[in-house]
Parts: sequence; C-alpha cells; structure tokens
Amino acid sequence: MFYREAGQYKTSYAADMAVFPLREDRIGLAVIILAAYALAFTRNDFLLQAVMIPFLIFSLAAIGLNLLTGYAGLLSLGTGGFMGVGAYACYKLMTAFPEVNVLVWILLSGFFSAAVGVLFGLPSLRIKGFYLAVATLAAQFFLQWAFNRIPWLYNYNLSGAIEAPLRTLFGVPIIGPTATAEVRYLVVLTLVIGLTWVASNLVHGRIGREWMAIRDMDIAAELMGIKLFQTKLLAFAVSSYYCGVAGAMLVFLWYGGAEYTVFDINQSFFILFMVIIGGLGSLIGSFFGAALIFIMPIGLGIALPALLGPFGINVGAEVIEQLRFMIVGALIIFFLIVEPHGLARLWQIAKQKLRVWPFPY
Amino acid sequence: MAFRKLCLGALTAALAGAASLPLPAIAQETIYVPLFTYRTGPFAGSGIPVANGKHDYLMMLNERDGGIGGVKLVIEECETGYDTKKGVECYEAVKSKGPVMINPWSTGITLQLIPKAGVDKIPILSMAYGLSAAADGNVFPWVFYPPATYWDGASVFLKHVAATEGGFDKLKGKTIGLIHLDAPYGKEPIPFLETQAKEHGFNLKLYPVAAQDMQNQSSIWLNIRRDRPDWLYIQGWGAMNPTAVKEAARTGFPMDRLVGVWFAGGEDDARAGGAGAKGYKSLNWHAVGADFPALQDIIKHVVDKGKSQTPKDKVGENYYNRGVYNAMLIAEGIRNAQKITGKKVVNGEDVRRGLESLNIDEARLKELGLAGFAAPVKVTCSDHSGHHAIYIQQWDGTKWVRASDWIEPMRDKVRPMLEAAAKDYAEKNTGWPKRTEPCDKSS
Repeated sequence: MFYREAGQYKTSYAADMAVFPLREDRIGLAVIILAAYALAFTRNDFLLQAVMIPFLIFSLAAIGLNLLTGYAGLLSLGTGGFMGVGAYACYKLMTAFPEVNVLVWILLSGFFSAAVGVLFGLPSLRIKGFYLAVATLAAQFFLQWAFNRIPWLYNYNLSGAIEAPLRTLFGVPIIGPTATAEVRYLVVLTLVIGLTWVASNLVHGRIGREWMAIRDMDIAAELMGIKLFQTKLLAFAVSSYYCGVAGAMLVFLWYGGAEYTVFDINQSFFILFMVIIGGLGSLIGSFFGAALIFIMPIGLGIALPALLGPFGINVGAEVIEQLRFMIVGALIIFFLIVEPHGLARLWQIAKQKLRVWPFPY
Repeated sequence: MAFRKLCLGALTAALAGAASLPLPAIAQETIYVPLFTYRTGPFAGSGIPVANGKHDYLMMLNERDGGIGGVKLVIEECETGYDTKKGVECYEAVKSKGPVMINPWSTGITLQLIPKAGVDKIPILSMAYGLSAAADGNVFPWVFYPPATYWDGASVFLKHVAATEGGFDKLKGKTIGLIHLDAPYGKEPIPFLETQAKEHGFNLKLYPVAAQDMQNQSSIWLNIRRDRPDWLYIQGWGAMNPTAVKEAARTGFPMDRLVGVWFAGGEDDARAGGAGAKGYKSLNWHAVGADFPALQDIIKHVVDKGKSQTPKDKVGENYYNRGVYNAMLIAEGIRNAQKITGKKVVNGEDVRRGLESLNIDEARLKELGLAGFAAPVKVTCSDHSGHHAIYIQQWDGTKWVRASDWIEPMRDKVRPMLEAAAKDYAEKNTGWPKRTEPCDKSS
C-alpha cells in the first residue's frame, strides 16, 4: 500500500538504471542515514562504543570480503591478515609522519593491504574454490607471524602491541584515549557510508559486472573478452583495500590499541560468517550479517538475564556466555535452513511482499 | 509456509525487542565492583579458581560484615573468555555503572584499558600482570601493579638459579631457556632477561608457544632437547602450563630446574605431569591452603551456604588463594579510600587515592584473618608495584610446599629499566598526560 512504484514513471535511462529506482527506497535510505547520525547525540557510550562502532567497522570488512567472495566468487580466508596489514601500515605511517592528518593515513593504509592482497591473489588465476582458500590461508598465517615476529612493525614496543597515539581533526581528538565515542562514531559512520557508496558504484558498474561474469562462469567471461588475470587481481586489490581500511579503523577508532592476536584466523572466519549469513553478493547483506553475528550476542547478553530474572533464575556470567554461543549457533543454522541465500535474500522477499500488500492476489 | 514465516517474524521481533531491554539499575548506597572473569575458553582452567576466589572473598565481606564500612558491595562478573575484544566490551558495559576499579585479569585487556583509565577516572588493579612499566606511578597514576612485576619475577628466578649454581659468576656459559606464551603476557620478561644475559654472560634461548599450539608443544620440546638448556623458565597461562609440565616430564627434563612464573603454578598445572612432575618449582607470593581465619570464614559464610560455585575441597588451592589475595587488595583499596575521604560510598577517583596509599602491614593482615598468608604490601605514589619479595614453591607430587625463604627481587636492576620503559611509553604515545593527581600520604 505504502511501498509501491505505481505512478513513478522513469523518463530517462539513468533513472531506469538507478541503484534505488523506487522513491520509497531513497527516502528510507535517507531516514536510516539521518537516524544513524542522530544516534551520535544520544550520548549512550555503551551503544556507540560497544555496539555501533564495531558493527560499522565489521560491516565494512564484510563488504570487503563480499566484493571478493560474493561478487568475484573467490573464496578467501585471509581477511584477518589483510585487516592487520591495514592496521600496522596505518600505525607505521601515523607514527612516522605525525604531521599528516590521520584520516589520510587510514585511507592510504588500505593500499598497502591491497598490494599484499594482490600478491597473495596471484595463485587465483590457476586455482579456484577450496584450493584458493588454502592459498589465502597461507597469507593469513604468514601475516600473523609477521605482525608478531617483526618488531619494526610495532616500533619495537616492549608489549608487542600497537597503540593509538593522540590525533586530532579540526582540533577535536578523533584517535587516542581522549577521543570521545561520539566523535569516533561520527568519523566511522562517515567513512563507512562513503566507502559503501564507492563499493555500490563499483559493483553496479562495469567492474562489478566483470566480477560477476567471472563468478558465474570464468571461461564464458574470458570468451567475452574479460581479462581474467587483471580482473581477479583487481578484485583482490579492492577487497583487501576495504579490509585494510576496516582493520585500521578497528584498531585506532575502536580498540585504541591491539596485538597481533586480533588479526588471527578467527577474525577471518568471523568476517566470512558475516558474509555468508548476510548474503553473498549483496552490500546490504554485509550489514545484516555483521548485525546478526556481532550485535545479536551482545543483545542476548543483556536480554537473557533480564528474561530469566523474573522467573527467579539467576544465572552466572559464564552460563550466559555458553547460552549465547548455543543460541547464536542455533540461529545461524535456522536462518541458513530457512533462507540459504542469506538475510539479504530475506530482505528482498520482504520488500517484494510489501509491494503487493495487503492484496497479494 | 505460513508457520515458517510466523516463526521467522516472531524470532526477528523477539530479537529486536530483547536488544532494547533496559539495563537493570543499581541502588544508591552500594559500591559497584565488576569482576572480569573467564570461566569459558582455553584459559578457563586457570580462570575458574581465580574467579571463585575473588568472588567468594568479596561475598564473604558482604555476608559477614555487611560489605566494607557498612556499604554493601555489588559484585558482578563479566565473562571475557581471556579475549581482548570481549574484555573491551565488558569494560564499556560496566563503565556506565560507576565501577570503583577494574581487574582485567589479562595482560592483553590491561594494555587496552591503560590509556582509558585516566580519562574515565577508573583505576586499574592489575595484580602482578600487565605492563611492567605501569609500576611507575608518576607516569601511570591510574594503574596499579602490586605486589611485583614480571621483571621482578624473572629477577627472582635468576637469583634462585644463581643460588643453586653457586653465585652469579657461575652463570657464565650456561643456557637458560624461556618457554613463553607468544602474546604480550608471555613476552613481558624478555627485555629483562636479555639485559641480564648480557651482564652475566649466559645464553638466553626463547621458546615461544603460539596460543593455538598451547596443547601441542612437542616440536618446541624437541628444540629444547636439542638445545639442552640448564634451566627453563615458564611464562605460560591456561592450558599451556599443564602441557609444558607434561612434556617436561615426558622428555625427562630435570624437574627441579624447571621454574614457572606465579601464573604457571596451579595445582592442575603440576598434576598434569603425574608422578614425573615431582620437583617442579614455581614462584609465588601468597600461601597455599585454607588454614587462615579469613578462608575459614569464606567456607562458613559463603561456600557452606551454597552462595559460591567453589567445591569445598578446592578452597585454599593456589589460584583460588590468588583470587582471594586480589579481592583482599580490592577491599583494602576501597576501605582505605573510605578512610581518606571520609565518604562511605566511594567512586573511582577515591579508590585510586586509596590504592595509592595502600599499606597492609603484618598487623593489618592479622586483623583480616590472613596472618602469614602473604608478605606486607605497600604502594606509594611513585611506586605502584612495591616490588615485594617472592618465594619459590615446589610440587611434592600432591601439593605445593614452600621451598625457599622470601627472595627480594633485584630492585636496583628492575626499577631503572622500568622507569625508562615508562618514559618510552609516554613518548611514543604523544599527548600522554602528565600526572596531575596530588599525592596522598601513606596511611
């Protein structure tokens, strides 16, 4: 009734090919973005610091992996490592050149990650599927080893960790212990929206179509004149760029410091699960996946004691923790059985139904 | 189909609703003490007794004395799983409820929280773990590191080696190995041991154990057998320790030359080696056993009443007592803060002052029902650790027995290194605030 295209005529090709052809979609997106910015003024530190900032950063990393796995069909288990490259590159750059604004370094550090991604993406021309996953696993292990064993990367810090020094933007601290959650949230939100917009344009344009052609059938794509080698490496480069920026943001805009264990194989799996649950080959799915995998356990941790409390069941923190694992695991299986194509597909179905509601026949 | 959709809808709605439930509020006249614990994950073997000890001692104060200074403590556990990510999440979750201090119980989490402590005005009590440099109170006014740092521990280990070998000059040409967890915690003693190796001319061999290989150390022990170190120092935690002791027993490493740091001294760590573990040594700074009035009170007021998760026979085990010791420092810090400020309900800033002027002498230990449990502890404004004496305990096959007198750490060696490291930390973190907090006189 409210969500339908009746009466919205397209008079140009550009309007017909728009990412959001429906006026309702555009309004909805604007409302969501405004609401996201408005959240910064709730002054709820827990919501911003422990929920929203990491959610947005993980969403960005999931978008990065989704470009590679979902759009180009190249399975990667090196996400954690590529995120780490971004973080350590950013650390080295911002400590070596403190006078340059840190946002520049965060955005540039992705290029280091992209270079490393291209290097480890070289085998992708010859191997596919699980074999490629193993090759990227090598990247993961090598990079993790490097973060731990090359002291130059963490400036010979005794603790072996990288820490966020104080950095400002227009005189307001955005990185470092004195940066407030609100400011960091606004920075993260702006970066994530900007990069998502770029990604959206990429996947809807020529490059994205080339990736999808390769994903669907690489021989056919080659016959149509797509250069497999360059296109696959480009997918690795762009994907690693996103992961690298997400890694740098993870350390400097969320944690405030990190050790190499942050970028271990679990981090790679964590992001991969987000992409699979959210929906392969969907940008909004990356956000859904990050929400389900990251926010839901936090929500459960708050909700379970509140739900069990009135029944006189007082459970300890560790029981909640175990329940969180069990419920999240069960839900993942449930969602995958009900909708194997991920939450993004569920969202699409919901929108389709809404279009004809309330008279579906 | 309809049922499926119903299920899905209900589930989504329930999740959305659940996430928006408000946090339970806390009554006014209480002191909120969050405990970061890990009863799950690969480090739970060490984490559970520590968590129990901390919880039970504070619970006992609530039950027996009605809290501290007449104010009840609100004790809340937050499960970190020894995972830095979850630790930060815990910190953010408890921050808004006005905690008087944070006990991270993980070097990784401590490192993350150190810069935040001064900003959020919540002191960190990292008891014998964390950043060694943080013992310099002039640079880190909000971080406390009693009773000794990892560098103190390593120095006591070297003193013990020298005493056994017949003097520091006998160390020349010897090989000393460090088998450590490949994480900030495990790497802490390396700089100190390296400078000592240069000074005394012994070879230092490092055997890092990655966290994912904690229970699979056979290749490392092959290297150890090849290098034949004369002494081996373990800086391990969780599942790494029992595995190391087991491997040492299996490969026939002389057990009385295998010394663990205080976090490699659990009963279960040694038990894993079976009969072969007899003779294994570890550092410690508090007693083992339940023959103390305070611990008997815990059994009477908490354990017997079913308010604890501790099995009665585990009260008094090494890690349990470490939890008790930690809780005792928490309680004394709060009590001291009440004494200084005259307030009953204290906040983080008050407790920071309380911890900074902490002075638990023999008489006070006796009052607490912990006479002979540990050596006196004193913290000053510049020295947030105290570098207190440590003793060596030895596993006799069934329990830990004391195997040495109190050994003073090499304070003259540790302290300058530590101050240099603190300065270095402040320099690397541009904008590190200068200490502005005034200094209270020791009580």
